[in-house]
Amino acid sequence: MLRLAPVLLVILLVAPILAGLAMAMLPAFGYLPALGGDSVSLDPWRALFAQPGIWHSVAVSLASGLVATAVSLAVVLLYLAAVTGSRFDRWIRRLVSPLLSIPHAAAAFGLAFLIAPSGLIARLASPGLTGWERPPDLLIVQDPWGLSLIAGLVVKEIPFLLLMSLAALPQLDPERRVAMARSLGYRPTLAWWKVVAPSLYPLIRLPVFAVIAYASSVVDVAMILGPTLPPTLSVSILTWFSDPDLDMRFMASAGAILQLGVTATALAIWWGLERLVARLMGIWIARGGRRQGETGLRVAGKLWILLVTAVAFVGIGGLAIHSVAGFWRFPDALPGSLTASHWAQALPSLEGPIASTALIAVVATLLATTLALGALENEQRTGRYPSRALWLLYLPLIVPQIAFLFGLVVVMEQLGTRPTHGLIVFGHLLFVLPYVFLSLSEAYRRFDPRWSQLALTLGATRNTVFWRVRLPMLLAPMLTAMAVGLAVSIGQYLPTQLLGAGRVTTVTTEAVSLAAGGNRRVIGVWALVQACLPLAGFIIAIGLPKLLWSNRRGMQGAP
Amino acid sequence: MRAFSSRFSAALPALLLTTTGLQAAPDPDNWEAVLNEARGQTVYWYAWAGEQRTNDYIDWVAERVEAQFDIELTHVKMGDTAEAVSRVLAEKQAGNHDDGNVDLVWINGENFAAMKANDLLFGPFAEALPNFALTYPEHNPEVVTDFTLPTEGYESPWGRAQITFYYDSETVDSPPDSIVELLDWAEANPGRFTYPRIPDFTGSTFLKQALIALTDEDAALYAPVEESDFAAVTAPLWDYLDALHPHLWRSGRQFPATGPEMRSLMGDGELALAFTFTPSEPAAAVADYELPPSTRSYVPDGGTLGNVHFVAIPYNSPHKAGAMVVANFLLSPEAQAHKQDLAVWGDHTVLDVGRLDDEHQALFALDQDNPAMLPADALQRTLPEPHPSWMTALQDAWQARYIGN
Repeated sequence: MLRLAPVLLVILLVAPILAGLAMAMLPAFGYLPALGGDSVSLDPWRALFAQPGIWHSVAVSLASGLVATAVSLAVVLLYLAAVTGSRFDRWIRRLVSPLLSIPHAAAAFGLAFLIAPSGLIARLASPGLTGWERPPDLLIVQDPWGLSLIAGLVVKEIPFLLLMSLAALPQLDPERRVAMARSLGYRPTLAWWKVVAPSLYPLIRLPVFAVIAYASSVVDVAMILGPTLPPTLSVSILTWFSDPDLDMRFMASAGAILQLGVTATALAIWWGLERLVARLMGIWIARGGRRQGETGLRVAGKLWILLVTAVAFVGIGGLAIHSVAGFWRFPDALPGSLTASHWAQALPSLEGPIASTALIAVVATLLATTLALGALENEQRTGRYPSRALWLLYLPLIVPQIAFLFGLVVVMEQLGTRPTHGLIVFGHLLFVLPYVFLSLSEAYRRFDPRWSQLALTLGATRNTVFWRVRLPMLLAPMLTAMAVGLAVSIGQYLPTQLLGAGRVTTVTTEAVSLAAGGNRRVIGVWALVQACLPLAGFIIAIGLPKLLWSNRRGMQGAP
Repeated sequence: MRAFSSRFSAALPALLLTTTGLQAAPDPDNWEAVLNEARGQTVYWYAWAGEQRTNDYIDWVAERVEAQFDIELTHVKMGDTAEAVSRVLAEKQAGNHDDGNVDLVWINGENFAAMKANDLLFGPFAEALPNFALTYPEHNPEVVTDFTLPTEGYESPWGRAQITFYYDSETVDSPPDSIVELLDWAEANPGRFTYPRIPDFTGSTFLKQALIALTDEDAALYAPVEESDFAAVTAPLWDYLDALHPHLWRSGRQFPATGPEMRSLMGDGELALAFTFTPSEPAAAVADYELPPSTRSYVPDGGTLGNVHFVAIPYNSPHKAGAMVVANFLLSPEAQAHKQDLAVWGDHTVLDVGRLDDEHQALFALDQDNPAMLPADALQRTLPEPHPSWMTALQDAWQARYIGN
């Protein structure tokens, strides 16, 4: 039974994606009998490459994916290198974690309202400092270079990469490495860069790849913050898929396949950059500098993460103010009046979506955790090194959703499935499982084997060891992984809407369809609700071990 | 795959009991039978859900049809009607011809043309609905015409929309009264006007509105675009836009994505003049604190484009009878008057109120005194929509001209 877990895991994730991709591939080459396309041709591709600004779209997708990832990774590494365990550092770490629970779209709306010419910053500075009585006509949000898009992605990816790094760090024993380097005369931050960073990177490489794939194919953030004339490739594809002219579906499918190529190219370029940076780092380390740049690196490490955290919180704060705002004229720093009516309107319709969201998220997360634990426990018992096939686990994170989900719907229709909560749970599992596995696997694999050996010598069976020793001792990382899983499930829009035929409403589908109305006050209400649900998961994940193990300090997990 | 699917459902007799997909489609001419069949059905209505007021109205409809006809109406909320079209298309692609998910869809224009052209709709049914007669189609051809295409009974009228301009009377004294004046106004007020990015629906309508005002060959617009010299007919439009864009918001280098986004920009004070397809929207937005109380709406003297929006039934809906009963209820004076009430939604009726009996006319009596609302007679200056092929051609030409430069 246990031996089946890794196989089941891979089939469950890989089969739907391949099937969905195949169903996108057919129309991309002109085959879609329902629309009268029954011969194979290259016409959809010709139409695609004749689209105005298509290469511009591709370039923006590629660049924003790479730059956003590079910046996020740099900020996280800078911060980790500058950490000294001071109260300030712990305070920052505690502030960053909840950011993970804020939905991408909500963070993007928050950022947009912060930096727009009529946004919060301009309002606070006007008219006193700027003399603006009306918002200036400046192109800041949705700039053609994708800078605001990159900023929005960075705000959301830093918490993710930080969490993944914090989970991987302990096995490197960074304190001892840094102490060793310091005894050779290296300043602490430089020491971290030279002896910890090169070993840390391979451990967080997969999450980094996931970030690249996500950032180069993201839809919602790009719609809010990305360039518009033309938009990113992913946004264009969605527009084509929803064009009233059904013949556009052929071109849209070709676009979906092109998106896959763009993401693959981004990954390939990153791989090349890895080589380059590794070589440069090698030279830098070999030169043996012990002091130069220490102060700069340390200050940058604290400054950047502080800035990003502040931006995210102020942005969310702006949304919170909007959710209770009356009319808010520029350049007033605060709304003219406050009202509870936006909340009062939303409350009666919250119950159903919250119940569905919670049900789907909990079931998907429990299933994912069970499967991940099964695969990991199997790995422990057979003593085999993590199989190469487990790489396939990350396929759903690396193949853009937009490339295979439309095809997956057709496959599911052919299998005669009905849109139910069950089908949606299955759809969510595709994305929840990799994240749960990603968050849990390092902690599980580095679990000191002596505990289990000790229990076995005392006559416990393998199952007893699992249930009474391993599971309780890994409670903290397991709950964190589950909290991540819940957050991922709650944030899903396309899988919920497409597999549920729109009939199952979750907080996220509700938020997205209301966002179509553009009422920032309503968006504020729903974004806060959407952020609160996963936050509850994180609070439980951090609080429960502290409560259960209040008498065992070593079991309380990382803050 | 079909064989597998049939076996799958055969293995689950309970599934068969809950679906009526295998029955013959109901005959709309036998209304008694339709009502009987509809009893107890669950109708999934796919409708755009971007507006709380619209959603609340649909909730009200659900309560009424439950009470009156024993139909359970579920609002499936869409951010974009195309999602429903995609769903029906995916079902057809997969060979699901009698047990689809969509029972009723809020639709018009290009989406309707596309669904009808690809045989994705059930009908004709609309003209057999008992309340349809109240629209007096012989006097109001727009209720049986969707963007110049005859509906042929494949969709049932539901409400009316018309381009309405609105502005902040505190910052604007005299808004422009025509497309030509708009250019002068934009020059005098740089950065304070824009239109939604093509291919947005509202933005595309602005192009058509401008084209009608600028071209001399109006007649050509009401026939398929292939029948005329597109470049010649639209040349004045491109000259106009080239002159207008430098004076637009962000100097025409960026456009809001949708009409609602344009409304947000009005609320933020970035724009001073905007337009909408929903005449009641400015007044509703003032009530929701989105726009300043000094907002005023108007329809320029030459009139603006207007159209009717409809509901249609996909060809593979398993609950066609229930869907027809709902479509008929939507046409009832009770439902239409409730919808027109500004406190509810403010969407204009498709019934010919002047020809209704006194009792029903009384339901529509105006008791609204809202300064942000249009005067009651403003909506009479309606220009008909051009042929849908013009919309697509204009969108393509606009994108080729203004994207990526």
